[in-house]
Amino acid sequence: MAVELSFSKEIENIMYASHGKPIKDCLQCGTCSGSCPAVEFMDNSPREIIGLISADFKKEVLASNTYWTCASCYHCSVRCPAGIDIADMMYALKRYSMWKGEFQEGLIGPEFSESFVKMIVNSGRSFEPLLAATYLPKFSARDIVQEGLMATGLVLSGKMPLLPKKVKRLKNLQRMVRRIIPIGETK
Amino acid sequence: MKQYAYYPGCSLESLGKNYHISALEVSRELGLELKELEDWNCCGATAYFPVDELLAYTLVSRNLAIAEKSGLQDFVAPCSACYKNAYFTNSYLQKDADLAEHINYALEADNLHVNGTMKVRHLIEVFIEDVGIEEIQKKVSNPLKGLRVAPYYGCQLVRPRKAKEDVENPQYFEGLLSALGAEPIEYASKTRCCGGSLIITNRKAALDMVHKLLQDAVKNNANVIATTCPMCNVNVEVYQSQVNREFGTDFSIPVMYFTQLMGIALGIEPKRIGVGASMLSLAQSTVS
Ligand code: SF4
Ligand code: SF4
Repeated sequence: MAVELSFSKEIENIMYASHGKPIKDCLQCGTCSGSCPAVEFMDNSPREIIGLISADFKKEVLASNTYWTCASCYHCSVRCPAGIDIADMMYALKRYSMWKGEFQEGLIGPEFSESFVKMIVNSGRSFEPLLAATYLPKFSARDIVQEGLMATGLVLSGKMPLLPKKVKRLKNLQRMVRRIIPIGETK
Repeated sequence: MKQYAYYPGCSLESLGKNYHISALEVSRELGLELKELEDWNCCGATAYFPVDELLAYTLVSRNLAIAEKSGLQDFVAPCSACYKNAYFTNSYLQKDADLAEHINYALEADNLHVNGTMKVRHLIEVFIEDVGIEEIQKKVSNPLKGLRVAPYYGCQLVRPRKAKEDVENPQYFEGLLSALGAEPIEYASKTRCCGGSLIITNRKAALDMVHKLLQDAVKNNANVIATTCPMCNVNVEVYQSQVNREFGTDFSIPVMYFTQLMGIALGIEPKRIGVGASMLSLAQSTVS
């Protein structure tokens, strides 16, 4: 029978090896939470989420919006006295929840990340306005970006006519991506 | 003329166009040649890592491999997120043979190979280290006298830590602004996150972060906020109106790329660096 890994072990395993010390070294000092610019929008503070992982509270962690609210600013990581790269742990949690297909309802982050990757695989370049307009209509992201475009004078007559450039060797790039992750047909 | 492998990144082709043109103009003025990488791809900013870490490193590595192939030694990025991605991928490639092998297997599909040998820096670091503050100061023909500038470092230019540098209170941006004749203000938010990566996914949190940054800069009497990243710039500039609506404030502080301020100080024609008349009059009104 295969040994089933504990949740905390799984998370540890999906954090890339160069990313600081393992989360079990956490002192629960709260420096991360105190440094976090997004903490008031999180269900659990960074310190709490680490505590939940260490205690193998998988369900609670998967139900939390914390890592999807992380702005990847690395303030916590540079200050942690135990040398834990909390910001990269947040990425690891995002990946874990995407793989499991389990995340809090109503979050835009998972869909956004997936759309972003799709866009790169289809063109090699990203283009924020197009991304928002095509992939995220239901989140009214189009309006957000429209405002941005107007303010920078990039939109003429209220339309969104701009397209992203494509890389020239797109086929090669797609083959390259397929060597990393199995993806379906691309446009 | 020293040459650099220049990776503009996707934002500089759309929302950050003024950054692109001012970066090229100022570099030329300072005797540096930015050679754009051929057929570069998106580095993913902050959006690949949630999906697949190896894919994220591989996409960044393709750009590094193209740069290595060009024979140049320096890889320069004007976007803080691109810079952070390129810097760390490059250093992991050196340290982790296993990772490098996986990535090189994928890169074969595009007939590329990466070694992690580029010297990766942000554009502002290149100006300061390779040209030098003194040299830049000598070239200033139109000092930005009396202009109170909030140097906004943001996150990924200074973090994560790369070596022993000061990640809490860096000073080089201030040094550069002083060389231009401007007055860099002191304010606590200079390395605090602007929430750029959350603007679509968690707008409430992002607007709160922009609000705090604007508040701090304005409280300290800044005339303009200077940025080193297209995502910060767009986020702080464009969403001011939404902040005002959300928080009942009336911010209207201009936001400019550091390269635009350099361009004005170096006497480059404003329209070549994407500086409109209102920006220019701001920079000059304080001179009188
Ligand atoms: S700063 Fe580090 S040690 Fe302190 S609670 Fe956060 S992760 Fe744990
Ligand atoms: S990286 Fe994420 S968790 Fe850490 S301080 Fe920044 S927003 Fe908070």
